[in-house]
Amino acid sequence: MLILTCPYCGVAADETELTPGGEAHLTRETVGADDAAFEGYLFKRENPKGVHFERWRHAYGCGKWFHAARCTVTLEVFGTYPAQTTEPPKDIRDKITAKRPGWSWRDFG
Amino acid sequence: MSQMWGIVPLPVVGHSSNRLTLLARPDWDFIAMKRYSVFAIAREAARYHTGWERAWAARAPKKKYDVIIVGAGGHGLATAYYLGRNHGIRNVAVLEKGWLGGGNTGRNTTIIRSNYLQDPSAAIYEKSRSLYETLSQDLNYNVMFSPRGVMMLAQTHHEVRGYQRTAHANALQGVATEYISPQRVKELCPIIDIDGPRYPVLGALWQPRGGTARHDAVAWGYARACSDMGMDIIQQCEVTAVRQSGSKVTGVSTTKGEIDCDKLGIVVAGHSGVLADMAGFRLPIESVALQALVSEPIKPCMDVVVMANTVHGYMSQSDKGEMVIGGGADGYNNYTQRGSFHHIEETVRALIETFPMISRLKMLRQWGGIVDMTGDRSPILSKTPLEGCFINCGWGTGGFKAIPGSGWGMAELMAKGASPLTDAFTLDRFREGRFIDESVAAGVAH
Repeated sequence: MLILTCPYCGVAADETELTPGGEAHLTRETVGADDAAFEGYLFKRENPKGVHFERWRHAYGCGKWFHAARCTVTLEVFGTYPAQTTEPPKDIRDKITAKRPGWSWRDFG
Repeated sequence: MSQMWGIVPLPVVGHSSNRLTLLARPDWDFIAMKRYSVFAIAREAARYHTGWERAWAARAPKKKYDVIIVGAGGHGLATAYYLGRNHGIRNVAVLEKGWLGGGNTGRNTTIIRSNYLQDPSAAIYEKSRSLYETLSQDLNYNVMFSPRGVMMLAQTHHEVRGYQRTAHANALQGVATEYISPQRVKELCPIIDIDGPRYPVLGALWQPRGGTARHDAVAWGYARACSDMGMDIIQQCEVTAVRQSGSKVTGVSTTKGEIDCDKLGIVVAGHSGVLADMAGFRLPIESVALQALVSEPIKPCMDVVVMANTVHGYMSQSDKGEMVIGGGADGYNNYTQRGSFHHIEETVRALIETFPMISRLKMLRQWGGIVDMTGDRSPILSKTPLEGCFINCGWGTGGFKAIPGSGWGMAELMAKGASPLTDAFTLDRFREGRFIDESVAAGVAH
């Protein structure tokens, strides 16, 4: 049972109260993007066995979108943070480094 | 049947209808392993079963193979088998990080059907279903294929239209399916409540030659036949790197040392993304856990497979009497092989509405498998950006039924560079917008 703490309203929400929104920190390619970049934005996804960053919506709560850093193997949650950012904040990255030395995920880590 | 045994030289365990096909097989000569037959049972019984040989050999890896297949699940082993049988490529190793058939091959709900909407899907799934018909004879291994019939219930008007459309598409594709009335549903499966309070049964898409098979036996049968052709099946051998020179694959590094190859086939289901990462390319795939559960064994009560996709549940009865139940997939990436608990409640709730008599059934086991989902919910059987490296993945929630056809097509793709079965399922179809969109059409419970 996955429990994430909503960084906006502070509720520790069960996954049945949340809607998963897929990979976080995607660059939204648009007019002018080449085929490879647009394909990457639409279809290619990080699919790590380990540290992952995701979007979630507190659908049956405050309704806000937020981000979560999570391990896809153990379901350990490293932290949640507001969605108004293009990359994971330093304190979350430090927490992950403490628990998963040598981790990497796209350009972060 | 007993009088036939006197005149047919080498009967096989399993169905009896295809012995002539078996005897006429052109590749008869490579059968070196002792065949399973009623005579073998009698012979071994007479010496207290001390003479059975191992079903497949456990060998140490060689330095180099023509082809390495990563993943000894159904799809990987079937690929190896058809490489040898159809294309004469027998210097093959199948590497497995755990034990043979211990991934999704041993975790699915064993349903076999081919009632898909899109032509490329119907072609590969129907090829697969038709290969299942004679697989026991072909492999000399009883895979217990049971074409008991599969029905997919229509419980909303949207589903009624969807399945009627699929039935028409199947008629054009030569796949035998039929749209049937609620009364016919009740006749075929008396334990269904067709007047359910939330979702009454409005009809069903019925495929009489769909059914189930023994999933482990499919893997074991292919493994035995591969081993018999001289192929090496190497278990507990995890691939840790894909080695390349220039843009061409040269081999793999494993927990049992480095092994060279000319061609590499990645056939690892849920872990496709991990292997693709080693090979240096990304996939349009995300991995999630899908769950199944089985009940205590009960007396025979249902001799068809029923899928109820609106309410997310499907059920069949195993030969042991257990009700085999499949449910929904998790909505977020994970590799837990466990799955979220609330899916069990949703699935069981839905099935109790549809089958009220199972409400007091005790569940024995629950498990999860990692399924790799593509954007259009169709698989990828393709060349990759790395020359000599091929990938077979993305079967999502429905890979078991496709094992023989997938192996057939993948083997042809690896041997010849193209296959009519796999041409539409390329990796670049996403960039080019040639989706094989089964996400809604197949009505599969994703």
